[in-house]
Amino acid sequence: MMTSQPLSRHADLDRGGKAQPLLRVRDLKKHFILARGGFGRQASRVHAVDGADFDVFKGETLGIVGESGCGKSTTARLLMHLLAADGGELVFDGDAIGRRGGISVREMRRQVQMVFQNSYASLNPRMSVEDSIAFGPQVHGVSRRESRLRARRLLDQVGLSPSLFAHRYPHELSGGQRQRVNIARALALEPRLLILDEAVSALDKSVEAQVLNLLMDLKQEYGLTYLFISHDLNVVRYISDRVMVMYLGKVAEMGEVEALYRAPAHPYTQALLSAMPSMNPDQRTQQAPLAGDPPNPIDLPPGCRFCPRCPMVEDACRVEEPALEACGTAHQVACRRADEVMAGAVPAKRLSEENPI
Amino acid sequence: MTLAAAKPAAAATQAPLVEIADLTVRFRTPTRQAHAVNGVDLSLQHGEVLTILGESGSGKSVTLRTLMRLLPERRTELSGRVSVDGEDVLAMSQRQLIRFRGRTASMIFQEPMLAFDPVYRIGEQIAETVCRHEGVSRREGMARALELFELVRIPSPQRRLANYPHELSGGMSQRAMIALALSCRPKLLLADEPTTALDATVQIQILLLLRDLQRELGMSVIFVTHDMGVANEISDRIAVMYAGRIVESGRVEEIIGQPRHPYTQGLMASRASEAQRGQRLQAIPGAPPDLADLPHGCAFAPRCPQATDECLTAVPVARTLSGSHWAACCRLDA
Repeated sequence: MMTSQPLSRHADLDRGGKAQPLLRVRDLKKHFILARGGFGRQASRVHAVDGADFDVFKGETLGIVGESGCGKSTTARLLMHLLAADGGELVFDGDAIGRRGGISVREMRRQVQMVFQNSYASLNPRMSVEDSIAFGPQVHGVSRRESRLRARRLLDQVGLSPSLFAHRYPHELSGGQRQRVNIARALALEPRLLILDEAVSALDKSVEAQVLNLLMDLKQEYGLTYLFISHDLNVVRYISDRVMVMYLGKVAEMGEVEALYRAPAHPYTQALLSAMPSMNPDQRTQQAPLAGDPPNPIDLPPGCRFCPRCPMVEDACRVEEPALEACGTAHQVACRRADEVMAGAVPAKRLSEENPI
Repeated sequence: MTLAAAKPAAAATQAPLVEIADLTVRFRTPTRQAHAVNGVDLSLQHGEVLTILGESGSGKSVTLRTLMRLLPERRTELSGRVSVDGEDVLAMSQRQLIRFRGRTASMIFQEPMLAFDPVYRIGEQIAETVCRHEGVSRREGMARALELFELVRIPSPQRRLANYPHELSGGMSQRAMIALALSCRPKLLLADEPTTALDATVQIQILLLLRDLQRELGMSVIFVTHDMGVANEISDRIAVMYAGRIVESGRVEEIIGQPRHPYTQGLMASRASEAQRGQRLQAIPGAPPDLADLPHGCAFAPRCPQATDECLTAVPVARTLSGSHWAACCRLDA
């Protein structure tokens, strides 16, 4: 009975059926103002998220990758309404969020939960683990007794024995254990979408694998949808069904994980993939795919924003910003020369095949 | 002092640059004592790159810091022998240490921003180091700083020297820190996770830069990381640490290709890149031990799939597997 309960509750909530995306994001924008304009001065803004369009389908794991400053974490915070968006539309299972006739932000937050990278900072140090997990349900009107029962059940489910851990405080736990508590707390409201913002990045490798296994199990059991944000391309490949690559606040490429890793269509994706350290001592990386750092998303160049670092840039790229267009089944890319990139026109990384050390 | 300077040329032929024997490091607090390093033996040849691979709390950074005596003196108990370039590091006086740091051995860190003083220009800070160690004029110091910036391939170096630390991007400040570390031509470069905080496309640039510089300058490097891919890219030899001990050591091909210690094997098998999608990862169960309360025998035994009673009785000794490859595990013959 207990296990079927959350599933049936989801069935009640599922309104548009399987085909309707759980989350639709259109033209999402967030600009942070650094210095005000006026007196003839141009205001300088950080274009943290600059018109992102994507869907998250029911039951899938969508991975978001990109370097620092690409807007992946800002996107997550905008989705949770932890930051107010400057523009754009968010539709959760057919209901516009925070609009008349849609669902309220509060109700959306019950169905969308988030796990952060810093497991220690995201727990209240003065609350026991059990209280932390039970807090959310209590706010949403579940009785004290019932929410504590739920907390204990969840602790058990994330692999922490309730009798040992329920009364501990965050400082008494290891990083892996704390992240398990954070996952339990996120699940306490029986959400449908879980946003994992670098949730395993701070963990040691041996613990990371345990938490990834746990996430896979929970997804299966609760029929969850994940938005998995990470800079680790190996982990994203393992856990995601689809991947979205972001660059300076825009979606550069999006597609099914295997297709995208096998034949990236954007020169940036290609560079990211070939920047991964090699695991073969005989085929070490010989050449860095890109020079320089990712630029600040402040005063962006006209045209394609990857221009200054792109190995395939041509004059037309500097004039007009490419739109996100289909380049295969369920594969979209924002690059004028995507066909050439897919055909392998970009200089490949493992030069060692041609000129060994 | 002239003796110390003359020595390395003669020593370069034979003796290793770094020799650590039975190093133990303990940290005391009023209530507990943490056994951070528990008997580490290590040697490094001239011009060799060694990576110490391990998770947080494995003692990799502590070992590295011991080589420069950077640990808080009052709360640290050190024993064993550490010699760098023929000098006993643990016996050095403060004066000797000041000469030693920067000149014989020098270190780069994970957070370049914390290595620079935020209120002075980068160029001045590098020049100051050069002047202090080599007794040259400030003008020569600045000329040297420019050379160093060119060496670490910073674009428009002259302009960059006049920048303050906050004006540099992550990759750029890491390059500047490498320049600072190399300013007195050290024989030994210690690198404590210098690429961990960097973006993927920048990380590979810094790794390649370090590899090139090592070759150009012929330095020895000890590199500390938790990332096996990074270890593979940079090192000649890898030493895997767990709970303050080296559990396996060998050339890169041996450690990456044929790991023999169950811990190294577990690390390799639990990588997400090895697994098929949808398949469960072969995670190592449990968590690393509490350093204040280490198990009696092999520290990995509680998590080890192959552990027997024998493993719990005594710390396993190192067994040579082939040439330079060894592992400390009782079950190797089994």
